[in-house]
Amino acid sequence: MVNFAQGDLMMLGAFVAVTLIGDFGLPWALGLLLSVLALAVFGYLLDAFVLRRVLGEPQFAIVMLTIGLGFIFRAVAGLVWGYDPQSFPTPYTGKSLRVGEVVVSYENFAILLGTLVLCVVLFLFFRRTRLGIAMQATSQNQLAAYYVGIPVKRVFSLVWAISAGVAAVAGILLAPVSLVQPGMGFIGIKAFAAAVIGGFGSIPGALLGGWIIGIAEQFAGVYLPAGFQEMSAYGILILALILRPQGLFAQIQRKKV
Amino acid sequence: MRFLFKTHYNQDIDHLKHGGDRFWYGLLLVLAAAAPAALGTFYLGELNLVMIYAIAGVGLMLLVGYTGQVSLGHAAFLAIGAYTHSLLLGAGLPFLLSIVAAVLVSALVGAGVGWIALRMTGIYLAIATLAFAMLTEQTISRAEWLTGGFRGLAVPQASLFGMPLTQGWQHYYVTLTLLVVTLLAALNILRSSTGRAMVAIRDSEISAESVGINLAVYKTFAFALSAGITGLAGALFAHRLGYLSPDAFTFLISLQLLLMVVVGGVGSMRGVIYGALFIGFLPQLLAIARDTLPPQIAQAPGLEPGIFGLILVLVILFEPQGIFGRWLKIKSYFQLFPLYRRATHRRQKTYLRTERLR
Repeated sequence: MVNFAQGDLMMLGAFVAVTLIGDFGLPWALGLLLSVLALAVFGYLLDAFVLRRVLGEPQFAIVMLTIGLGFIFRAVAGLVWGYDPQSFPTPYTGKSLRVGEVVVSYENFAILLGTLVLCVVLFLFFRRTRLGIAMQATSQNQLAAYYVGIPVKRVFSLVWAISAGVAAVAGILLAPVSLVQPGMGFIGIKAFAAAVIGGFGSIPGALLGGWIIGIAEQFAGVYLPAGFQEMSAYGILILALILRPQGLFAQIQRKKV
Repeated sequence: MRFLFKTHYNQDIDHLKHGGDRFWYGLLLVLAAAAPAALGTFYLGELNLVMIYAIAGVGLMLLVGYTGQVSLGHAAFLAIGAYTHSLLLGAGLPFLLSIVAAVLVSALVGAGVGWIALRMTGIYLAIATLAFAMLTEQTISRAEWLTGGFRGLAVPQASLFGMPLTQGWQHYYVTLTLLVVTLLAALNILRSSTGRAMVAIRDSEISAESVGINLAVYKTFAFALSAGITGLAGALFAHRLGYLSPDAFTFLISLQLLLMVVVGGVGSMRGVIYGALFIGFLPQLLAIARDTLPPQIAQAPGLEPGIFGLILVLVILFEPQGIFGRWLKIKSYFQLFPLYRRATHRRQKTYLRTERLR
């Protein structure tokens, strides 16, 4: 299952958090928890009512469907919250952490810590829990998973709930450093580039891919003429697809018939 | 229902199967040729735009509908065709030569993209073409010495056979001729061995390879063909725009092209025309709908992409075969009356397996 609307789910999560914390004045931790929960429920319902219908259709249909959903989310967010970028208040805004010579703002530190915690939790979830393993089985072969007794449809809805919840966390972590606006989901395309470079289905690969893209963008911004910074992610993606299409941590092997 | 008595093998591959087909398509052609006399300047221009969309749609349909390769980056080929055409026209090349050059350049770039994309399928391919389109858009906006960047590039006046193309009806006839030629060429390719190889690749890559189809050659060819035809549409689109700038070829245009193919009906050339009519007249419908909606919704800047997304979602959920599929169903309902069964058109489900073991 592929989700082209992931970046837009992230945007929705950030907006919900801004509304809960900034407008309703909830405490930061409670607001975070509630918005992740809200997005997870939204993801579950989205799958149960919309995406479940295309189960069994060609993959092309799912790609188009999620692209369409992304456009709808962006339009709805624009209608509800407007197109002006909003700032996101956090308890740690403006403070920074000092380790020897290095100064790191708490906003960036929170992103780092949040990513690490999320990765570990997801890794353990997919390796150790019954539900996680059922999800892996479903992603490998839907029909075989159904035969061994996995409720494939409900598992899919749960996968969507988790992925929407994770997107909300990403949105909340990103919100303090980049403002909250309907177009912020476009970073999702770069996330895709990271996943492709690292190799789909591999969490360390995705981390490494994201790292490569981030570093390359910064270096291109400093050493190359203007314009190369925006292009570098796509350039690297195409280069990686030419040189090593299966990704750095290959998980694809061709089936011998 | 009509039963054909075939007396010759060539009847199997005829484009127009019987007298009814010949009559209706002939009538359509006559009506299309007579349109400038009946329509005003505005609607003629709109019809011209619809036909330009249709040419691009034929290109995309060959790739998506007949070879099974999804492209999210066809706006890039449109842009390449448009820029090549206007630059060469500006350099003094005749109209026809510069159109041919635009087609060739787009096809060459398309072949390159196809070659890169060879080992990718499905979503990987979609992402790669998306990246290519983003890269093209950025390159055009940065290469100011050539394209003028965001300042734009004026499209020079074209002339054909010594006659300057200034009037709407002249452009209309040029586009109509090229559309008919493109459609015939595409249909002829589809009934040749090349086209059958493309369809075989769409249906199953493994079995196509097993019967001796060279996947690399045919996929690259399909990309080049599709890009070339889209480049042709781009060259005509340049005259329609009059002034080129990178933001005329965004991701939204790629999505519109894909929406056209999906709404019309994936895997049919008639679907392209239906889709082009739909996409071409949708802005007018939206403008009418705006008057009836409350102003705070109607004036929202992101409304149009949102509506596009909504239509895409609704079509994929409720009529995956598009307008053409719906037409086929209605037709067979009346042909088989009262014996129509809904299950006739039910598609076989294919349950997804991991891409790790392809």
